[in-house]
Amino acid sequence: MSELFLIAHVAGRAIAIDADQVASVVDIGQVVSVPRASGVVRGLAALRSRVVTVIDTQAALGHGAAGTPGRAVIACFDGHFYAFLVDALEDVAPFERTHLSSGMALDHGWGSCAAGVIERDGEPLLIVDLVRLVPMPIAA
Amino acid sequence: MDDLLQEFIAETRETLEALSGEIVLWEAQPADRARLDAIFRFVHTVKGSCGFLDLPRLGRLAHSAEDVLAAVRDGKRTPDTALVNAVLAIVDRIGELTEAIAAGVPLDDTTEDLLIAALAEDAAPRKPATPPAPQGQTIAGTPQSRIANRSVRLGVELLDRMMAGMSEMVLARNELARRLRDAAPDPRVEGALERLSLTVAEMRDTITRTRMQRIEALFSAIPRMVRDTAAPLGKQVTLAIEGSDVELDREMIELLRDPLVHIIRNSVDHGIELPSERRLAGKKENGRLVVSARQSGNRILIEIADDGRGIDVARVVAKAVKSGLYTENDVARMDEVQRLELIYCPGLSSRDTVTATSGRGVGMDVVRANIEQIGGRIALRNTPGRGLIITLQVPLTLTIIPTIVVAVGAQRFALPRQSVEEIVSLNGGAVRIDPLGDARVATVRGQRLPLVALGDLLDIPTEDPRVLVIMATREGNFAMAIDAVLDTEELVVKPAAPAVMASGLYAGQTLPDSGLPLLLLDSGGIAAVAGLRFAPTMNDAADAVHAVEEAGITALLFDDLDGARRAIALGVVDRVETAPFALIRTTGGRRHLTVEGGVIPLIAVAEPTGGEGVAVLRLTDGFAEIGYAIAEPHEIVTLPAAIAPARDRPGIVGVAVIDGEQIELIDPHALFAGEAPVSTERPLCLLRCDGSGWMDTFLRPVLEASGYRCALWSDGNPNQPGAITLTMDDCPADVPLDAVLTLRRQVAATPGSTSIYRYDRTALIAALESRLTRAGGSKRNAA
Repeated sequence: MSELFLIAHVAGRAIAIDADQVASVVDIGQVVSVPRASGVVRGLAALRSRVVTVIDTQAALGHGAAGTPGRAVIACFDGHFYAFLVDALEDVAPFERTHLSSGMALDHGWGSCAAGVIERDGEPLLIVDLVRLVPMPIAA
Repeated sequence: MDDLLQEFIAETRETLEALSGEIVLWEAQPADRARLDAIFRFVHTVKGSCGFLDLPRLGRLAHSAEDVLAAVRDGKRTPDTALVNAVLAIVDRIGELTEAIAAGVPLDDTTEDLLIAALAEDAAPRKPATPPAPQGQTIAGTPQSRIANRSVRLGVELLDRMMAGMSEMVLARNELARRLRDAAPDPRVEGALERLSLTVAEMRDTITRTRMQRIEALFSAIPRMVRDTAAPLGKQVTLAIEGSDVELDREMIELLRDPLVHIIRNSVDHGIELPSERRLAGKKENGRLVVSARQSGNRILIEIADDGRGIDVARVVAKAVKSGLYTENDVARMDEVQRLELIYCPGLSSRDTVTATSGRGVGMDVVRANIEQIGGRIALRNTPGRGLIITLQVPLTLTIIPTIVVAVGAQRFALPRQSVEEIVSLNGGAVRIDPLGDARVATVRGQRLPLVALGDLLDIPTEDPRVLVIMATREGNFAMAIDAVLDTEELVVKPAAPAVMASGLYAGQTLPDSGLPLLLLDSGGIAAVAGLRFAPTMNDAADAVHAVEEAGITALLFDDLDGARRAIALGVVDRVETAPFALIRTTGGRRHLTVEGGVIPLIAVAEPTGGEGVAVLRLTDGFAEIGYAIAEPHEIVTLPAAIAPARDRPGIVGVAVIDGEQIELIDPHALFAGEAPVSTERPLCLLRCDGSGWMDTFLRPVLEASGYRCALWSDGNPNQPGAITLTMDDCPADVPLDAVLTLRRQVAATPGSTSIYRYDRTALIAALESRLTRAGGSKRNAA
């Protein structure tokens, strides 16, 4: 059974995001930083009448802080809205989800958020589970 | 009380609708414990509300049904068809009575004894057939027309959408205003925009109020409830209520009502001992009950503390074993906390006897279920023999908080005004900062406070901080250095994402009109992250508390001549009459009123104006007589137990909250002692507002508390002799210099300027005084 995935570019590579997780795709304006929050939290931004928490996707994947915020994918978890910064966005298309081949060694950031693999024109793309990019307090 | 009744009716209707399904199922399966519990809770709640709302008939029905159901729960009776029918007849009857109350029509009560008799164990087996029959008659006899309620219930989601739409509208308005400023503005367009702005602001306020309510709505019923609960038990309870002004989501208020009622009844009934027992235990005869609400981080804490006997854990454990809920082995394995939490088990009560008020153990399991349903938590702090503190924590889903917006480096933060004690300038010389070890302390007027530089704490590059904010936490105060105070704003605060809250520094996030998100700082969180440790302090507010028994003081509510609504103890008022102006004369240096057979001193806080005469309260202490001129008498009210003492206001004994309004209470003692100020002795300050409303909201209370009268400056309001005009430094100076006090926004003074930093309270009052002495002196010279 094929599912819909949004293809995005982060840290120089293409990733796939489950379209069910994506509420919308926006351009992020000014970001207000949140001192002393995790480095993955870029800050807060206003999206129409809503405050969204901006997540530095690149930093969450362990590639260092991203540059100027631009495009972002909006998702809502537990009633809170998050904006995941991406370098660029492609289209939404149906793909077949396959399991991550065993024995694949992914570094820390990628390993914890990988939710499978899709194949686009013979090129494998990692499915990134957005919810696992959000830093959570240890004792929630 | 009408509101409460309306709510009771709405709630009973709703529960009955929800319950009808349960009733049918229980009828089919009388052994079903869950259904039984649901019906039991319903009658218990009705009984509780009835005692409080003074509805004895309903209360009697509910009480008898509860008795029977409790017997079934305890296994003393089996739920046979007869019993089920009898209980259902009672439930139906409760519904009918509720409708009758709503419609305000009388309902015949002859069948009620039959209904109750049918509950008896030895009721004849044919009896069950009878209750439905009279019930049928009553239905035929009474028009079952439902009286339309003047309130409607709306889905929260709908309100949320309305709120979101409103915020959107504000942002669109701001955008439009910005665009218009850039283009050459047409005055007509500007006028239209102005009108739009006003409407939008008004709408936003209204819409916000649809969601928010002061917790006072919940607390106002407590004094009466405590009294009514305590009196039949022969107990004396001193009640203190704190934090009534915390605003909560209406949804939460509704859901908190029942748990709070249960807890308070339990405290009075089970916790607080009889006066004689208390004496033996070496406590004051009056039990002490403190109900307080406060915001802490992203939660609202409601605390109900009593100094009664606490929970006897051993007895709770024994009961749990006896009722077969747990075995001896289970209990032996439990730790102290788990044993205490046995009180949440359905059907378990720490009390052996059952009273009309509470005591069937239905309370705590329902309370916990209700609180957890709204995502809250309940915590117990039990000190056997010393008291019990129950803390309800409910999430702050949304709240309006008055805030002060401050700047640190390039960033802005909001501080809850509640936790800001004082703002002092670092340039004024009123503050000393010294290193102490590797930390720093600020000394403000002799008080030494730990200093936290917010910029350093948050890793924000900042220049030298110029303002010190004294922040209050539960444990103690600390000083926080920031760059500047920017504004004051009422903000709709929502909880931030967990990733943001994890830092422990923030209480929530908000989107002000600027369109840029703003974080609300939490004073307790800052103190914790900065590593401040406060020595535990005991603050027993017992002296400031008035006993419930003394709450029966009645007072006359009236509009004073200066427009304020005040109250005076009714015992002092001999009568109210209208005095023609011709009878009021200023003789012998003060106002006097000619009365039958002489003159009496007349007190007026402002010049009486308009009409034929002025309403005068004739006050007497049984010996001397004084007149007090007022604008209009209103009504006779009962003063609440809690009265906040007044400060620096001669003639005012304190402030009481009556019908949600803060009312100043006149101090008759001061009036008769001749201490009360008359209007001429309170110098006038003309506030030259610059449109931001800062003077009116920030400055006015300060001045009035210091004994000044305030009026808004306007062109048609020429500079009165003896009055001081306060103006901002960017306003044109067109009044004589010695009667003007210029305030500046910046902390730093421009050389040669006599202006005063607007948050430097001490300097401000001092300057006012010195100018006043000069003005007064010159006036005297002229005369």
